[in-house]
Amino acid sequence: MQVIEADVIIVGAGGAGLRTAIAVAEADPKLSIALLSKVYPMRSHTCAAEGGAAGVIKSNDNLEYHFHDTVSGGDWLTDQDAVDLFVNEIPKELLRMEHWGCPWSRETSGNVAVRPFGGMKIMRTWFAADKTGFHMLHTLFQTSIKYPSVKRFDEYYTVDLLTDDGACYGCTAIEMRTGQMRQFRGKAIVICSGGAGKIFPFTTNGAVKTGDGMAMAYRAGVPLKDMEFVQYHPTGLPGSGILLTEACRGEGGYLLNKDGYRYLQDYGLGPETPTPVLKAMELGPRDQLSQAFWHEQKKGRTIPTKWGDVVHLDLRHLGEKKIDERLPLIRELSAKYVDSDPVTTLVPVRPVVHYMMGGIHTDIHAATPLNGLYAAGECACVSINGANRLGSNSLGELLVFGARAGRGAAEYAKKGLTAPSERLDALAADSEARVKAWFQRTQATDRVPDLKKRLTTAMEDGCGIYRDEATIKAACDIIVDVRERFKNVALEDKSSVYNTDLYQTLEMDAMIEVAQTVAVSALERRESRGAHQRLDHVKRDDEAFLKHSMAHYNPNGEPRIDYLDVVITKSKPAERVYGARAGGQSAA
Amino acid sequence: MSERTIELEVLRYRPEQDQEPFFQTYKVPCEEEWVVLDALNYVKEEMDRTLSYRWSCHMFVCGSCGMMIDGEPKLACKAFLKDYPTGKIRVEPLSNFPIERDLVVVLDDFVEKLESVKPYIIPKEERTVEQGEYLQTPAQLKAFKQYTLCINCLCCYAVCPQYGLDESFVGPAALALAHRYNMDSRDLGRAARDDVVAAAEGIWHCSFVGACSQVCPKDVDPAGAIQQAKFAHGIDYLTSFLPGGKR
Repeated sequence: MQVIEADVIIVGAGGAGLRTAIAVAEADPKLSIALLSKVYPMRSHTCAAEGGAAGVIKSNDNLEYHFHDTVSGGDWLTDQDAVDLFVNEIPKELLRMEHWGCPWSRETSGNVAVRPFGGMKIMRTWFAADKTGFHMLHTLFQTSIKYPSVKRFDEYYTVDLLTDDGACYGCTAIEMRTGQMRQFRGKAIVICSGGAGKIFPFTTNGAVKTGDGMAMAYRAGVPLKDMEFVQYHPTGLPGSGILLTEACRGEGGYLLNKDGYRYLQDYGLGPETPTPVLKAMELGPRDQLSQAFWHEQKKGRTIPTKWGDVVHLDLRHLGEKKIDERLPLIRELSAKYVDSDPVTTLVPVRPVVHYMMGGIHTDIHAATPLNGLYAAGECACVSINGANRLGSNSLGELLVFGARAGRGAAEYAKKGLTAPSERLDALAADSEARVKAWFQRTQATDRVPDLKKRLTTAMEDGCGIYRDEATIKAACDIIVDVRERFKNVALEDKSSVYNTDLYQTLEMDAMIEVAQTVAVSALERRESRGAHQRLDHVKRDDEAFLKHSMAHYNPNGEPRIDYLDVVITKSKPAERVYGARAGGQSAA
Repeated sequence: MSERTIELEVLRYRPEQDQEPFFQTYKVPCEEEWVVLDALNYVKEEMDRTLSYRWSCHMFVCGSCGMMIDGEPKLACKAFLKDYPTGKIRVEPLSNFPIERDLVVVLDDFVEKLESVKPYIIPKEERTVEQGEYLQTPAQLKAFKQYTLCINCLCCYAVCPQYGLDESFVGPAALALAHRYNMDSRDLGRAARDDVVAAAEGIWHCSFVGACSQVCPKDVDPAGAIQQAKFAHGIDYLTSFLPGGKR
């Protein structure tokens, strides 16, 4: 097997991976960097982020406000030391993006403009129309080309980490064009592989988001933290699950039930006002808005469609000019996919799985407990998002912690630690054998697409917006069954060149691992907090559960769960307050 | 739910076993609202695990699923079945690129070209983070914004007659990207990009057929960018004869 050496190996070339690569190159241009991704960088799912990235820049704002919004938004499950440095570093990161050419929307003065976002007390969300993630991704990708030490390995599918005696020394990856496996040896490894929304049937996430990196780290012994916290975005298009950004509501959009009533006022978010008020009504946090939909549905006040129940997003009063300037993609997607031009028509929407708050356990330096292994972006859990991420904090997160991972990995790589090459060769051979085994199986009694449907349906039924012991247990049982039946799968495509049957099978393997950590962590958390709502344990229980869930890999069965204390520095857990009592200013 | 059956004729080519590309027809039960990508996903999940194609976002922004649909380069996620009333749709890999396998084409040439135009800010004045942002008015932003919208789907290369004849042509998307940075008020890199942009294989190779702009799913207008760049070079040439001009 061909061996490729680099000082720092980065798995994933989306926003976090590219930011990491640039940070390594800037820390020390002599360090060689291998940037691996199963897709070309510009295909990464960062491109689909729409609304913006929050960072304190305006004179009416301050870091404390952003800190408190984030901590209470996360229902106090955030680590406050991490949030502190996050809010402090993000404005500088966003300015760097500006210097690198990101086409931020501007005020007439030429300064960057900001827009209101859910759960934020002050307008602080930087944006590039409604394609912020797309522009950030392309800016990072194009800027990365400036650094000769960044060597990309586009369309390489990473299979396993190479670990020995508590440290990570590289990975195996398949060159998708040839089907050949390569052994990548590095002195530090960073995982930036994104989230795992595809473990649910109805998601805003693209096909690539199958949790590969999470599963890889988990199998290598790194715990996955707070996996039960899955964010439902309140406004997805029915059928396709396409995201309609929170900025629709930031710009003044309404959510209406079947009676044309702005129902959020019934759920502690009111009173209704004609123009948006920060932290109130449609600018409440995502978890509470998605939960409000669930209640409206129970009350029979949603609108049935062939794609399931919906409510309506009303943007008509914003007018064509504002919609075209601020929300052009939203207009295009709504018109094409549901035949509803938001300038003149109500747009049907429903909650949709969007983001994993949980992920690979890291400290504030983006380091995992495995020496030499780092993680950043959605695949990681630092944690700044706690039980519910605020909209426009994730694009900031991938910059701040991507940069931190890059600097940390560069420093660590200089130690020059390696493992004996025979040991790495043996590990790589095991990894190759695991892949080859898929080709050797002949008698298939199960198919990946069928198992995927079974798994994702179980996740939606058992780990949706509201959960209880019975539904979660049912999901756990189905996952065990799917895992068992997955052993009976065989590849129908035995070829080497761009074999997507193989990659979808390997992705399924990862999805089973990740889904199981979500379900088992959800079962064990017997309280309701943020995005994890239990019908059988309706209250938040700080006594027992002001703790991070840590799911540890168990080769013989379901993950073992234990708990880690949350870091509390200056904000004692309290009630989350939105609506009139939050005292938010007008965002008109 | 209303269904209709589509005959999807897909170009297949697996280099390890096929002597040459051939069409394979799938009869796909489709929902009325589907796009061509949904039909391909149905084939992949229910009919034939061996079909390969690229896709991810399903919302016109990742650029993965550019392919020829009834002879026109389109995003498969933006090609709605209702726009193909005959019920027969032919799907092929993007023209003008080597086929890697099935609907997957080799992108190396484009990626090299994109990298060659120095697609990053070469600053007018270095600025530290402490100095804050470069001021850029909405009008200055508008001067280049359209050219930032390219998703690298390569529909423009698939339809470009010049690129089809001579692949040394830098091509629409890469030239539009160079123009995007040249027009950015924060940038002073035009001279550095001219090695590639103003070379024989650059803007002067474009015969202004304008097909690239017609097929662009994001309305980037690469042909317009190339025309603007040619015009800017024309002005440079003429002013070089003025007193103090740089000849």
